[in-house]
Amino acid sequence: MDLEASDADAAFRAEARAWLAAHVPATPLPSLETREGFAAHRAWERQLAADHWSVVSWPAEFGGRDATLFQWLAFEEEYYAAGAPGRVSQNGINLLAPTLFEHGTAEQRARILGPMATGEVIWAQAWSEPEAGSDLAALRSTAVRTDGGWLLRGQKTWSSRAAFADRAFGLFRSEPGTARPHQGLTYLMFPLDAPGVTVRPIGRLDGKPAFAELFLDDVFVPDADVIGEPGQGWRVAMSTAGNERGLTLRSPGRFTAAADRLTALWRESGDPTDTALRDRVADAVIGARAYQLFTHANASRIAAGGTLGAESSLNKVFWSELDIALHDTALDLLGPYGMLADDADDAPAHGSWAEGYTFSLAGPIYAGTNEIQRNIIAERLLGLPKEARA
Amino acid sequence: MPFLLTEEQRDFARTLDALLGAADTATAVRAWAAGEHKPGRALWTRLAETGVFALAVPEEHDGMGPLPLELAVAFVELGRHAVPGPLVETVAAAAFLDRLGDAGAATDWLPRIAAGDAVIGLCADGAPFALDADAADTVLVVGGDTVCRTETHGPVQATLDPARRVSRPLGGTVLARGPAVTAAAGHAVDLARLLTAAQALGLGRALLTGTVDYVRQRTQFGRAIGSFQAVKHRLADVLIGLEFAQPLVHAAALALAGDAPSAGADVAAAKVAAGEACYAAARAALQLHGAVGYTDEPDLSLWIRKARPLRDAWGTPAACRARVLAG
Repeated sequence: MDLEASDADAAFRAEARAWLAAHVPATPLPSLETREGFAAHRAWERQLAADHWSVVSWPAEFGGRDATLFQWLAFEEEYYAAGAPGRVSQNGINLLAPTLFEHGTAEQRARILGPMATGEVIWAQAWSEPEAGSDLAALRSTAVRTDGGWLLRGQKTWSSRAAFADRAFGLFRSEPGTARPHQGLTYLMFPLDAPGVTVRPIGRLDGKPAFAELFLDDVFVPDADVIGEPGQGWRVAMSTAGNERGLTLRSPGRFTAAADRLTALWRESGDPTDTALRDRVADAVIGARAYQLFTHANASRIAAGGTLGAESSLNKVFWSELDIALHDTALDLLGPYGMLADDADDAPAHGSWAEGYTFSLAGPIYAGTNEIQRNIIAERLLGLPKEARA
Repeated sequence: MPFLLTEEQRDFARTLDALLGAADTATAVRAWAAGEHKPGRALWTRLAETGVFALAVPEEHDGMGPLPLELAVAFVELGRHAVPGPLVETVAAAAFLDRLGDAGAATDWLPRIAAGDAVIGLCADGAPFALDADAADTVLVVGGDTVCRTETHGPVQATLDPARRVSRPLGGTVLARGPAVTAAAGHAVDLARLLTAAQALGLGRALLTGTVDYVRQRTQFGRAIGSFQAVKHRLADVLIGLEFAQPLVHAAALALAGDAPSAGADVAAAKVAAGEACYAAARAALQLHGAVGYTDEPDLSLWIRKARPLRDAWGTPAACRARVLAG
């Protein structure tokens, strides 16, 4: 057991660090949840891709560097330590791409992954519906067979990035009246500017249009844009959900970098006699380190041929609560400046603490609420009995 | 860079778990709490046969160490089975004597520690009490740059953990003085802190397992109470705490083994996380066992009562958090 980087991994990290030092914008881009910021972040994705840094863990033929998990973790640590912009294309890269690698066709990979890697096509997710949030399998939007493809009908909501994105992926009910709700679902991709699609942006807590409602009125999707077998969408989607909660959605680098900045802020402006606040800073540092090490242990397990199952629910709860605690502590350290919105003139650190705080508040909700994750942990990892269901 | 225990290390843990699981440690704990050390010492002897104490002692003194990671692996199991006595102190004393540079003291004590024949108390880091001085062959007391040894102590006092009995060391003769004492003591305190964290991690695991078993079979309102979300979510949180403390313990052991500059902060982080996770496990165990948990009849109560003192031993959470930020 060790934590030593191999020579190859150390070289990879050094190369990433040098590139980032030369390219990361000196001042943060505008919030990616605004039209202007979205465009700026898209341009940043193009810049990353030009030097093969946008999707390091993908095969080289799709624009990646064939990075190992450890190299990916090193890249992420360097990325966030350098203060590089948030990833506007993360829905595609972290959620859709793993599904395409596992269940997609060669044609789909060849057609979709390149433009995803460059930010030319930015993807939104279309899972939730007004009546299907935590109970995702209760979804009602339908895909009806038509000549050469499917017609989508229904409503999706809380669709992240959909206000400005180009395409979306999601689950649709293609076989009505199945015995169980997660049967008869199909995984489809569709353009957000297709005839029949209406996008209504929804403001998140601070009013920025971070997500949208999608109204689908006989939207045509060709067979080529079905992933996996029709009717098998649940199984196909769950591989994505596992990825999302597991390793790739929130890399430890985000939190170690944020904890370092928090420590710097505390040294700069913390009251040394305020031990309550000091303890919270320490807990953020400890939590970030714990998450980093836990992830290294998981990466080691995967490298040795293991898989992540329900264990990924431990991750989801941990990082989402760490993120809020960390940003809450930062706002307290900022005193009277802590309440300023991210786009306020006097917002400290270009509003990054305020933006991070608002973003963190969604963490326990998306990608499977923490209540659902705790059920999974209790039932699948601890072996507690299932709850009686209606 | 596989950050995973090797098959050999996991085998070692399983061996200790099996040995202690079959040894009725609860009876030894109750005896120890009554000042009767014989069953506990018998456990120590069996542990010595597996090589636990030798892990702290270098080869030239009949050991096979120092191996902080293997020690941490072992102490998780010692914590899981609530083995009584100054285990942490004896092993940390071995590390202290190994680094002190006093050949006489090392030759006198280290082979005996490796063989499980010596129980050593250690009082350092400003602690006013020595643990189990009445069971120890000698007690080392470090103050500033001076270390004394003594075999006398004040009255034995109870703590919240009945098997954890403390007293003030009295008198003593100076064993060594100077910067070597300070340096050796610094390392010994870090090792003691690490192994206390490992014990807490194992204790927490045992508390969680025992509580999961209980809520699966305890029925109220016509169903197992473990099917209620309020119960499940509390236990899920206990598991999260323990799972994320574990890699901190392992990484701190690696740092200590390599004398890394970050070792002190790494050990402190591990101690905070494991101590808090174990304490949360104990609180959940108490609450979810209901009134049964608040009696001293089930063996589990012996485990529950260990958690709070372990959280403070060899560095309170506040002291360790400050140490983390000191870098």
